[in-house]
Amino acid sequence: MNETYQSTTSTPVLELEDVQKSFGAVRALRSGALRVQAGSIHALVGENGAGKSTLVKIVAGVHRRDAGVFRFKGEDVDFGSTADSKAAGIAVIYQEPTLFPDLSVTENIFMGRQPLRSGRRIDRGAMYAEAKSLFDRLGVDLDPRRLARGLSIADQQIIEIAKAISLDAGLLIMDEPTAALSGVEVERLFQVARGLRDEGRGLVFISHRFDEVFALCDTVTVMRDGDYVGTDVIAETTVDALVSKMVGREVGDLFPKVEAPIGDVVLQVEGLDRAGIFHDVSFEVRAGEIVGLAGLVGAGRSEIARAVFGVDSYDAGAVRLSGKPVKKHDPRAAVRAGIAFVPEDRRKQGLVIQESVARNVATVIRRGLASAGVLTGRAETRASGPWAAKLHVKTSALDMAATTMSGGNQQKVVIAKWLATEPRLLIIDEPTRGIDVGTKAEVHRLLSDLAGQGMAILMISSELPEVLGMADRVLVVCEGRITAELSRDEATPERVMHAATHRDDKEALPA
Amino acid sequence: MSDLLVEPSSTSHAQRVIGGLLRSREIAVLSVLVALILVTTFKSHGFLFSSTGWRDLLLTPSLLLILAVGQTVVIITRNVDLSVGSILGLTAYLTGKLFSDHPNLPIVAVFVIGMLFGAALGLVNGVLVAWGKVPALVITLGTLYIYRGAFLTWAGSDRINASDLPKDFLKLGTQQVLTIPVLTIIAATVLVVVGYVLYTARSGRELYAIGSDPDAADLYGLPVTRRVLLAFVTSGALAGLAGIVYVARYGTVSSGAGSGIELQAVGAAVIGGVAIFGGSGTVWGAAIGAFLLVTINRALPILGISDFWQQAVVGALILAAVVLDRVLTLRQERQLVEARDR
Amino acid sequence: MSTPVLDRPADATTYAAHAHPLWRRALVTPEVAVIALLVLVYAWSNANVANFDNPLTLYYLFLDTAPILLIALPMTLVIVTGEIDLSVASVVGLSSVVVGMLHHDAGLSIPVAAALAVVMGMAAGALNGFLVAYVGLPSLAVTIGTLALYRGIAVGLLGTEAVTDFPDKWTDLAKERISEGSSYPMVLVPFVILLVLFAWLLHFTSFGRGVYDIGLNSEAAHFSGVNVELTKFWLFVLCGAVSAFAGVYYTLRYGSARGDNATGLELSVIAAVLLGGVSIFGGRGALHGVVAGVLLIGVISSAMRLENYTVNVINIVIGVLLVLSVMTTSLLGRARSLAARARGGGPRPPRRRNAVAAAPASESSTEDSGTQERHPE
Repeated sequence: MNETYQSTTSTPVLELEDVQKSFGAVRALRSGALRVQAGSIHALVGENGAGKSTLVKIVAGVHRRDAGVFRFKGEDVDFGSTADSKAAGIAVIYQEPTLFPDLSVTENIFMGRQPLRSGRRIDRGAMYAEAKSLFDRLGVDLDPRRLARGLSIADQQIIEIAKAISLDAGLLIMDEPTAALSGVEVERLFQVARGLRDEGRGLVFISHRFDEVFALCDTVTVMRDGDYVGTDVIAETTVDALVSKMVGREVGDLFPKVEAPIGDVVLQVEGLDRAGIFHDVSFEVRAGEIVGLAGLVGAGRSEIARAVFGVDSYDAGAVRLSGKPVKKHDPRAAVRAGIAFVPEDRRKQGLVIQESVARNVATVIRRGLASAGVLTGRAETRASGPWAAKLHVKTSALDMAATTMSGGNQQKVVIAKWLATEPRLLIIDEPTRGIDVGTKAEVHRLLSDLAGQGMAILMISSELPEVLGMADRVLVVCEGRITAELSRDEATPERVMHAATHRDDKEALPA
Repeated sequence: MSDLLVEPSSTSHAQRVIGGLLRSREIAVLSVLVALILVTTFKSHGFLFSSTGWRDLLLTPSLLLILAVGQTVVIITRNVDLSVGSILGLTAYLTGKLFSDHPNLPIVAVFVIGMLFGAALGLVNGVLVAWGKVPALVITLGTLYIYRGAFLTWAGSDRINASDLPKDFLKLGTQQVLTIPVLTIIAATVLVVVGYVLYTARSGRELYAIGSDPDAADLYGLPVTRRVLLAFVTSGALAGLAGIVYVARYGTVSSGAGSGIELQAVGAAVIGGVAIFGGSGTVWGAAIGAFLLVTINRALPILGISDFWQQAVVGALILAAVVLDRVLTLRQERQLVEARDR
Repeated sequence: MSTPVLDRPADATTYAAHAHPLWRRALVTPEVAVIALLVLVYAWSNANVANFDNPLTLYYLFLDTAPILLIALPMTLVIVTGEIDLSVASVVGLSSVVVGMLHHDAGLSIPVAAALAVVMGMAAGALNGFLVAYVGLPSLAVTIGTLALYRGIAVGLLGTEAVTDFPDKWTDLAKERISEGSSYPMVLVPFVILLVLFAWLLHFTSFGRGVYDIGLNSEAAHFSGVNVELTKFWLFVLCGAVSAFAGVYYTLRYGSARGDNATGLELSVIAAVLLGGVSIFGGRGALHGVVAGVLLIGVISSAMRLENYTVNVINIVIGVLLVLSVMTTSLLGRARSLAARARGGGPRPPRRRNAVAAAPASESSTEDSGTQERHPE
């Protein structure tokens, strides 16, 4: 499996040692380290908040490090911009690539470097031919003349990789590339990656998915809380060993789900259907229960939640809260019925980040705060204070803008906003994505308490340990359908992953 | 049909060209223009088949065409230039003054000076937008006021009349080469040069990239500031050229010269398929749009519609164009997504 | 473990309501800067410009800027949501024509004709609102189209004619003062009523909070239950209605209904609103700044006119003021966000895609890239 792994005596493509980076008062990196050999695929793992992203951004030239060693191909470097790192031969493929939608895929690859004929005219024929040969090399069937608009994320990533190859990148960093890919697309990506490795390039693969890390990579570096923890050869380590390095404590301590009495059915979803997105979705959530929606990214879980809450519409089916039907495609009606929805992307969907804490927390309840038709800032402050306090939101004043706060604090503001509506059902999508470990534990404790007090909770999470630790029942979604319903005891990582990747196969769940 | 969107290379070259033409916005607008000309000529043969008819058909839209081309370059980068009307007026007056004060100045020199002058005014816009990071709408709104105010202050109650201008220059206004008016040839040259650069030069393609996704352009390392500056300088220079053409055509410059023409230029571009969000559209489409707008104005009286209704027709066309664009974009996106899900 | 969350005593953590003292919050704002500038310019003009302190000056100032004062109110809300309405002047013209024709040709009384004109304005605004909010078209393009369409209809209906036979009773009312010898014309009464209404709507209602939310982050507003489409729709309808009312006033004040009345007025309105501290990007601004902005332009124009400057120089000054005010806001904003980032804030807020304020590409890539918006991990 690892024949191409080079010995440690040759110069590594990338060397980072003792790298530090702070953003104001926040220490993002305390002792970042990474060493990547040419002709190898190196995994970088760590929890959210471990510092991986910051490290990558320093390599990419987005940030400048405060201190530490940074060597590329044996030479000390200090990139002031992404253009510099690109020129040096470093390519980064992000989770969500940004291409120019109005231009062809070929122009996206060659923009600014298009091949020229006489008189500085662009040689379109040569450009298309070169793009075609790149695609053939990557084993991809894309038409070079096609517009970039409408490409799947997987194909967009291929374009990015094609770009990297045409720039003859010595180092490719892939940041959570498989998050939005289907099984087939993941396989294709891996083939491409192995091909690149065999050409002598260095690759860095950042992922949360251990099965992929173990299938693809030669070596792995673990980070925790901004520190470098250690490097291992994949063949010589196990998932558990990596996880305990990542977490620094026994996995079991993480998710303090308290036993809670399960009450009546609060949410009933029947035959929910939306063409092409989800199909025949039916489930229930009871008071005091935490139901986890597990599955791969892109399976349709957030879409289902949004349809239940009314942000999106649905074609067929019904949603009922405590027996009463909830009007579809009407978030205010859902709120009136007693549903709250903490969305997946807190910056784009959960908060109006330039607004103050008080205004954000009071957003959904502000209609009721007006006296004699007049709504004052004071009323908002008075109403939002207690909720912010209950969640221990850290802020010096309630009229501070949410931009000044950490991700964890921002998440607390969003949760406070929705708890203020005193809902009976809380839908929460990726409750702890992108927040630091300490706040993560707080959020989990909070959810546990809320369930204990009789709230029904529907939790969507892509982190398997979180789902397994918190949920009383796990519903697994695959390509828009619910493929398994597992009780807390029945739910194992294998069973969940199997159901998440096999849409039609309901019986043969591994033991 | 969606194969052309997803797999254009799999169709033969001929198929690709024809298919592209059939779905092209430029051809659609051209067809409307041709239809309009035919219908109007049917009612009054002189509209097309007389020496003045043919000449005016080509001559009158030339001014707006030049402005529409310049506006397109700016809109492609996701900006807008509302100051072109004022630049036109200011340059027209400058032209008149140059001729009346230095009657022996070669005409070519006046063209060069006028365009440089316009380019300088455009540079001011560009610096404020690209560098100051302030939206173009506001900046060019401000310079619209400033430049027109400067024009009117400088001119005072003075007017440029035909008597102030050299005969050779005035002749340009109606002179024809092989029945094609000289001013139209100038406009066509501008169109071809700019169109060519946008199609075949790296800097031209980068303009499209910047308008298509400014963040991606930045991440890509494209010289965004320099390109946006270039776009505004081009727009200014072309507005300057339009000012000179204006003087040649009308032989007179009054305080209202060019007032309001900026919105017509934007309208022409929008009708011609240039997306107001930037990133797509061609100067050919904008040119046809300019032709269409001006020809409508001239055709309405012949068709029995008071030409007071011209602006209403223009407005309706702009709305139709924008709605059509949206419908088509949604449909195209759906087709592209469906194709990939197959 | 610990006390269940919802049982924690509410005042376990007490927060300051405000980060800064009252004086700083109230005074260090762009609106106050404009108001201060207005006061300064007014005081200076009073002292130094001959005839400025004549009661007639103020009277004519209000009479002339009344349409801009009126239309600036709903325009502020439209711009705060991140949209724009360039068709307002055309609605003024069309309303003028409608009043003229209904009165002259259909023999309707002025109040009835005026009411119908306002209804027409609402319909005009509704078309804008429908196309922008429900069809999803960019407001810049739509209102350029309706600018031409509505003006075109106005000119098409009346041609070059003008209706001028309006009853003295009404044309006098348009110019009448509140009381004998006062500087304040009657038109200020409806203006003040509308000002109070719009101020309440924007600053003291949930609807108004929604307007700001839409301007800052319409997706988040949608997720929080704000009806983004309906809000935008109503704002355009309001714009049309108030513009039509301004058209009625304009007609009666000048005693003439013409298709080309008020051409170019939209630029004055927008310039005044932006001068008043409203951000073209949406999401920030306040009405007291806007009113000061309109009056500032009016005072400068008056003073300069009395000093025998031509309209043209006045326009230059307004243009320069506009550019300076927007640049200052932009530079201050950048300085503030850089300071916040240095203090430890997260990456920039999500970029708003917006053809009105089609901002040029983001700053140098040494700052956070736009694609990965996560807090540094």
